[in-house]
Parts: sequence; C-alpha cells; structure tokens
Amino acid sequence: MSVPIPRSKVVDLYFMEHRAKVLDIAAFLDRHDRAAVDSNEEDFRMTALRTAIEILLDGQGDRARRIQESFSDHSTEPIEKAAMQGALGAIRKS
Amino acid sequence: MYIDPHIHMVSRTTDDYARMAQAGCVAITEPAFWAGFDRSSPAGFYDYFRQLTESEPRRAADFGIKHYAWICINPKEAEDPGFAREVMQLIPEFLDKPNVLGVGEIGLNKNSKNELAIFEEQVAIADQYNQLILIHTPHLEDKLKGTKLIMDAIKRNTNIDPGRVLIDHVEEHTAKLVLDEGFWCGMTLYPDTKCTPQRATDIIEMYGSERIWINSAGDWGCSDPLAVPKCRVEMKRRGHSRETIEKISFGNPQRFLGQCEKFTP
Ligand SMILES: [Zn+2]
Repeated sequence: MSVPIPRSKVVDLYFMEHRAKVLDIAAFLDRHDRAAVDSNEEDFRMTALRTAIEILLDGQGDRARRIQESFSDHSTEPIEKAAMQGALGAIRKS
Repeated sequence: MYIDPHIHMVSRTTDDYARMAQAGCVAITEPAFWAGFDRSSPAGFYDYFRQLTESEPRRAADFGIKHYAWICINPKEAEDPGFAREVMQLIPEFLDKPNVLGVGEIGLNKNSKNELAIFEEQVAIADQYNQLILIHTPHLEDKLKGTKLIMDAIKRNTNIDPGRVLIDHVEEHTAKLVLDEGFWCGMTLYPDTKCTPQRATDIIEMYGSERIWINSAGDWGCSDPLAVPKCRVEMKRRGHSRETIEKISFGNPQRFLGQCEKFTP
C-alpha cells in the first residue's frame, strides 16, 4: 500500500506540525545548554538523541525504523533480574 | 463503528464509556495488566479478575458497548515466580467466564529470566485450554529485544498457531518482524512512548493492512480512550478508503477475536 496523496499534499497536511516539532527539539537542546552543568559526562539519553538526529540527516530512507533501532537494546540474552519496572528510552552504552 | 481491542477500562471513568459510544465504539477488549501499583496478594488479582468479568461488562453495557476480557498475570508483576504461580492458579476458573476471550496480556517487561519463565508457563496454559493469546511487548529500548525473545519462546511451543496470537505495541522496528512470522500485530496509539495516529498510518502503508489492528491501550497513565477514532480520522484525511479504515478498526479485530466463539460484537 502506498501513500494515497502526492508529495505536495503531504507537505500541505504535515509541514506546520513538523516545523513546530523541529523547533521543539532546537529549544530543548538550547535549554539543555543553558542549564547549569552538574555532571562531567553527557547523559546517555542526550548522546542517543544526537545519534538519532544524525540519522535524520544522513539522506537514507527508513529513518523511523533506524532511529528506533538506534535507541534499542541489541543484546540477546534475558537479564538476570528486573531491577526496575520502567524504561528510559535509550541504552546506556559503556 | 469501531472496536477498541485493547483498553484498560478499570482505570477510566464512566464518562469515557459515554464518549467512546458517541464516537462509534461498539466493543472493547480489556487485557489483565498492571494497575499502576503492585498488588500485595493473589486475592488482589482475584478481585481484579472479578472486576474484569463482572462489573466492567455491566458498566459498558449501559452505553451499548460489549465488553470482553483477557486473564493472566502481567509481566510487570511476574518477577517473583512463586507469587506469579499462585495468581496463575486462578486463571482456569476465569477462562470459563462468558466475556473472556483468552490469555493476556502476557509477555515481557524488562526481558528478565523470571519474566520469560512465567511467560512460557502462561503460553502453556493457553495451549492446554486452547485459548487465544494477547501479548504485551516491552517499552522503548527494551521492545526490540523483548519482541524477539517472545517470538522465539512461542516457537518453542510447537502447538501454538501464530494465527491465534496477537503481538501488541509494535512500532516501526518490530511490525515487520512480527508479521513475517505469521503472528497478528497491534499498534498502540499512546502519547510519547508508542505510536501516534500519523505513524500508525505510515506503518499500515509500509507493511499492509493484513493481520494488523490499532488500539488505544487507554489506562491509568496519560492516554487517550478516543485514540482509535482519531486514527480513523488521520487515515481519512490522508486519503485512505473507507474499506481500509473499516478493516483496520473493525474487520481485522473481528477476524482475530472471532476465532473465539464468545466474541460477537
Ligand atoms: Zn495494556
């Protein structure tokens, strides 16, 4: 199944929504920069976000799937014990 | 007219039932899950299962909505196997209830050894009682690994027909994996952590409209009990046919759930 509408209509329908989302990301990165530094290392979630942003700009397709994979745990064995119930959205790479 | 095949109405208000009915909801299915806190005893689960099989069907019926349920111990409360097994002893009694369609939502949360053991034991219960299975996949960074572990575990039980298993909460990186193995899949329309109506519609365009449904998974967290009709609107504004929209939000859930003769929306 393909997208039923042509590119121009995709832009008409979704440009404003995603223009706003790009500004949200920019303002978030600025807010992070303006805040007082309280650690010598960058939070692993911010590193993961920068990696995701690079995927946005690499000119390849399947960006959503590849970004999902970049945020994912790629280990294959079950862990010994669940230490928490929630999830953080990115993997701490050691 | 639509079906929301995954919503936790015990956490929602009666106003939500009214709004869902006004938006065209005719049937829902409510999987047993975590209630935002850990229950302290198997008796807590017994009462929860009674709520799913006695009180919610009555509350839904007041708005012309048919209420169905799934019974299990969920993976978030499965880290203590002794406790989980006590709860699992309650399952057969509730599988006989007139609104119960199968075992669910079982699955994994943090992909731990205990979660996996309890998951496999509940797949065996579903097999023993010839039940449909509804599966919860982990959140966010744990989803890809958990989805693979779940599919491998089901394949180890060779009696299970993948056409009778729905793997829920798929996203861009897991939808094709699930469909390629012959399972059904569900997309959850949930703020921030799962699919938006736009991305769910993209996934349908990329991977097709066979063996796939949409749901709200509305629950105690920030979530939207009207997410399914909102996704129908998204598909319509993007030019999808009435047939495709009906198939995703009514026909497909009816086909999967109708494999249990109790389901008559
Ligand atoms: Zn759920």
